[in-house]
Amino acid sequence: MPGLLAKKIGMTNIFSEDGKIIPVTVLEVGPCKVYAVKTKVKDGYESLQIGFGEKKEKNVNKPLMGNFKKLGLPAPQLLQEFRNFESTQFKIGDEIKADIFQIGDKVKVSGKNKGKGFQGVVRRHGFGGVGQTTHGQSDRVRAPGSIGASSYPSRVFKGQKMAGRMGFENTTIRNLKVVKIIADKNIIMVKGAVPGSINSIVAINK
Amino acid sequence: MDKLKELTVEQMRADFPAFKAGDHVRVHVKVIEGEKERIQPFEGDVINIRGIGLSKTFTVRKISSGVGVERIFLVYSPKIAKIEVLREGKVRRAKLFYLRKLSGKAARIKDKNQK
Repeated sequence: MPGLLAKKIGMTNIFSEDGKIIPVTVLEVGPCKVYAVKTKVKDGYESLQIGFGEKKEKNVNKPLMGNFKKLGLPAPQLLQEFRNFESTQFKIGDEIKADIFQIGDKVKVSGKNKGKGFQGVVRRHGFGGVGQTTHGQSDRVRAPGSIGASSYPSRVFKGQKMAGRMGFENTTIRNLKVVKIIADKNIIMVKGAVPGSINSIVAINK
Repeated sequence: MDKLKELTVEQMRADFPAFKAGDHVRVHVKVIEGEKERIQPFEGDVINIRGIGLSKTFTVRKISSGVGVERIFLVYSPKIAKIEVLREGKVRRAKLFYLRKLSGKAARIKDKNQK
């Protein structure tokens, strides 16, 4: 299914037809431009490379900038490939807008979630902590507990869940319903939350 | 944030009179029973207004056959047909939860426009 890149504007509420309030995330879809067209004949599969937004020239490396200059397009904030467009209908420089979505569509939204910094095991992996606060114990409430056996295996297994950096990972939320589309402002609203902070760029796949 | 506000402002209804906590109001609610739609009034004192934007709500409290009944409405809800302010109350706070502990004469709210 085709998709687009969008900027997260934030969350708000709207009323549904039957008077219920729906929590929605507002996404600014585009302006998205086509940067490359891949066709079945040439590349073996159909897809479009889509860029979102504009970036200053000084923030782009020279090889990429050279490519963008050749295309005569501004450097995008994010460039991503989307499959399942009928790519032969598009050419480089075309703008793709919110009208590819319809109300009621189920979409998949991917992006980087918010960074949480260095977190302990209770928050990062959902451990229960070890101990009580009484009976002579102290400082064990949020502890990870044992990280392995002793003389055998004499080492800690790879992948052992420990404290560390949490968040800022690729996250996908599936089956978000498109509730409202404002075509002239290029805005769509999906029901529910979307990964990332305000102003972060996410990919919407239909 | 202003961008967000712009998008919801069109759903905000401006056809209701302003009211405050302590006011005695009658809320006309649209009720759908099967196919038919009818209007059901709910009359009582506003004891709480909370929230911003479209999710702003208010609580109406009344005493129905000796039992306190509270109902929370969305201020801009399309299900509300009409709001009438019957009496303005003279109260000193924005949240009147203390009324829940009072009954009878003590639970009355003074009329603002009456000496």
